[in-house]
Amino acid sequence: MNKILLIIKREYLSRVKKKSFLLVTFLVPLVIIGIYALTIYLTARSFESNRAVVQVIDQSGLFKGQFTDTGQITFEEITADVQEAKTRILSADGKTLLLIIPDNIERAGAVELYAKEPAGLSVQTAVSRKIEEVLRDRAYAKAGIDRTVLDGIDPEVTILSREITEDGEKDSSAGAAMGVAMTLSVLVYICLFLYGAQVMRGIIEEKNSRIVEVIISSVKPFQLMMGKIIGIGLVGLTQFILWIALSSALAGVASVGLLDARSVRTEMERQQPESDVSIKADADRPASGMFGKAARELGKIDFQAIIITFLLYFFGGYLLYSALFAAVGSAVDSETETQQFMFPITIPLLFTYILSFGVLVNDPHGPLSFWLSMIPFTSPIAMLVRIPFGVPGWEIALSLALLIGGFILTTWVAARIYRVGILMYGKKASYKELFRWFRYNG
Amino acid sequence: MPVSQRLNGMLDIRNIVKQYANHRALDNVSTHVEKGSVFGLLGPNGAGKTSLIRIINQITAPDSGEVYFDGQRLNPDHISRIGYLPEERGLYKKMQIGEQMLYLAQLKGLSRKDAIDRIRHWFEKMEMQSWWHKKVEDLSKGMQQKVQFVATVVHQPDLIILDEPFSGFDPVNASVIKEEIQTLNRNGATIIFSTHRMESVEELCDSIVLINRSRKVLDGKLKDIKRAYRTNTYRITYLPSDQDITPLDGVFTIESLEPAVDHTTLTIRIAEGHTINDVLAYLISRVQVHELKEVIPSIHDIFVQQVTTQITEPQTHEQNTTDH
Repeated sequence: MNKILLIIKREYLSRVKKKSFLLVTFLVPLVIIGIYALTIYLTARSFESNRAVVQVIDQSGLFKGQFTDTGQITFEEITADVQEAKTRILSADGKTLLLIIPDNIERAGAVELYAKEPAGLSVQTAVSRKIEEVLRDRAYAKAGIDRTVLDGIDPEVTILSREITEDGEKDSSAGAAMGVAMTLSVLVYICLFLYGAQVMRGIIEEKNSRIVEVIISSVKPFQLMMGKIIGIGLVGLTQFILWIALSSALAGVASVGLLDARSVRTEMERQQPESDVSIKADADRPASGMFGKAARELGKIDFQAIIITFLLYFFGGYLLYSALFAAVGSAVDSETETQQFMFPITIPLLFTYILSFGVLVNDPHGPLSFWLSMIPFTSPIAMLVRIPFGVPGWEIALSLALLIGGFILTTWVAARIYRVGILMYGKKASYKELFRWFRYNG
Repeated sequence: MPVSQRLNGMLDIRNIVKQYANHRALDNVSTHVEKGSVFGLLGPNGAGKTSLIRIINQITAPDSGEVYFDGQRLNPDHISRIGYLPEERGLYKKMQIGEQMLYLAQLKGLSRKDAIDRIRHWFEKMEMQSWWHKKVEDLSKGMQQKVQFVATVVHQPDLIILDEPFSGFDPVNASVIKEEIQTLNRNGATIIFSTHRMESVEELCDSIVLINRSRKVLDGKLKDIKRAYRTNTYRITYLPSDQDITPLDGVFTIESLEPAVDHTTLTIRIAEGHTINDVLAYLISRVQVHELKEVIPSIHDIFVQQVTTQITEPQTHEQNTTDH
């Protein structure tokens, strides 16, 4: 037992001490936050740099004095000849645009916007909004509708999804649950392969460098295999726990970033004074608006439970699959030879992974979902996909028990192949061969 | 062999059979390794030497038969008392030498503190002090071999098993290692050399076992074997002479006669019931004897002789081996 601890320690420390581990552990959350921050920053920047002068030739005469400057766009009403104005645009810089409103604007519903470079989307939106507003006001006036009355009528319906359970009612959220479920399925799928492959590579390395014979003259092959599997598994757990810790720490920074984003939005909307009211409401009333809605939906999900079940299923699934990866690693001399054995290992995971985007998410409590979340080979993904939708405790307990049973079985099978495989140098193994190894005594 | 003697043995191997799918690696092999001896496990490649070593190291288990280690049935506690240098050498390439030694020594059951002390001691002895923080991949092949050797003996094993020990060593390092092995043996360790190059260990071994095609060909004390296989053949050189030497009926026969400028070499075989003195008495009256030496077969010769008889007359081989 002491020896297996030594092996776990070596496998763990030799990986955790690597620069690449630290890099990945600290960079991944930073990169995610960084991308987030960069998006916000660039969005903010784009508003600053998009200042433009729009020269307006209003042939309809409907818009006289209607164009008020925004922080972004300065409007100039001019009365020049169209051709002449166009030539002037050519000699002006790219930030000067020419807007021609035809006299049949009310019928045609189209204006022409000339510029040396294609006009930016935000300028186009601002211009068209302004024109639409003026036209709408005219239409309201014609129909005898008071605009202030109309603005006051703004019905909005939010669906408050509630589950009835034996413990009483609770909020549930299909949308957010779906998002979380998919994220989890991707994460488990990638991580099972990532860390399973590390086990396989470690074993091939030991076999190739021939140290394996020295080691197994001191410890049992089973101890070496389990030590490696557990050691690398702990590396994976360490990475996740650090990621979770770092992410929650950075969430503080992120929420500041979120505030920034709001101020950007406010800034953006401020340029259209008419919608000022709704923005204020946005900030104060989290029930409406995308940000608030997402936050509220996510708030309904029990993240603590999800993180715990995620870690349990990741580790269980990892133990089950990495034992198989270990058997594959012991049977080959190089990574290129692993293909033929990897395929059957990949199938159940890939199958569940693909299903998770369709069947499992749409029908998380159906029979297929239930059975997939019970079979140990598929449950690490299937159950995690179901969990955000709420799964009865007994199902989780049964599934975990089956997973543990499954991993004991695969470990037993793998260990029998492994103990023979690691001593077979330069021999290309076939399935028949593996089966024969499995049946060897001692 | 009496039981008391067996109990004094380092290793007693009894009727080991190891069967792989369609290949019997060891077929009823028995032998005995005395405490404090240097033992040669000899045989051509593929004879079953490595299979036997793996059984002694408890890497694999025999299908039948038993191994007794120091009087006890082989069990996991014995692992820490055995040092094993496999034929296929290997270390973790990216791991520092010191750390690696520490790991291997601890796996053999040493405490961390003891392990550090012993490693320091060996590093000093082998002039490897500066290697502690080096990685294996930064060392030359010869240096790696030295590291591997230290890893084999660092836990002060009672039994040291060296599989093809001198392959890969340059002559300087090979003699350093050879000396270290002999020192360890003088200090009480039992050594098993396993090799197919029989001449390389002949001078070092007290006892040997010869294995061929999964079966024991013969075993025993080297000097007993040599005595058993002596053919009463002598090589005599004498100064040039006019006298003709002819076989003496009933006393000796001539195997070869090679005249040279300064002396003639005569190889004779003495007949049963006579000694070299009878031959000398005959020769001295005729020629001036310059040199006399018994022709002793090398282990390799004995092996070849045994293997050929084994192939042509397998029955007599059985009798031969049971004699010892």
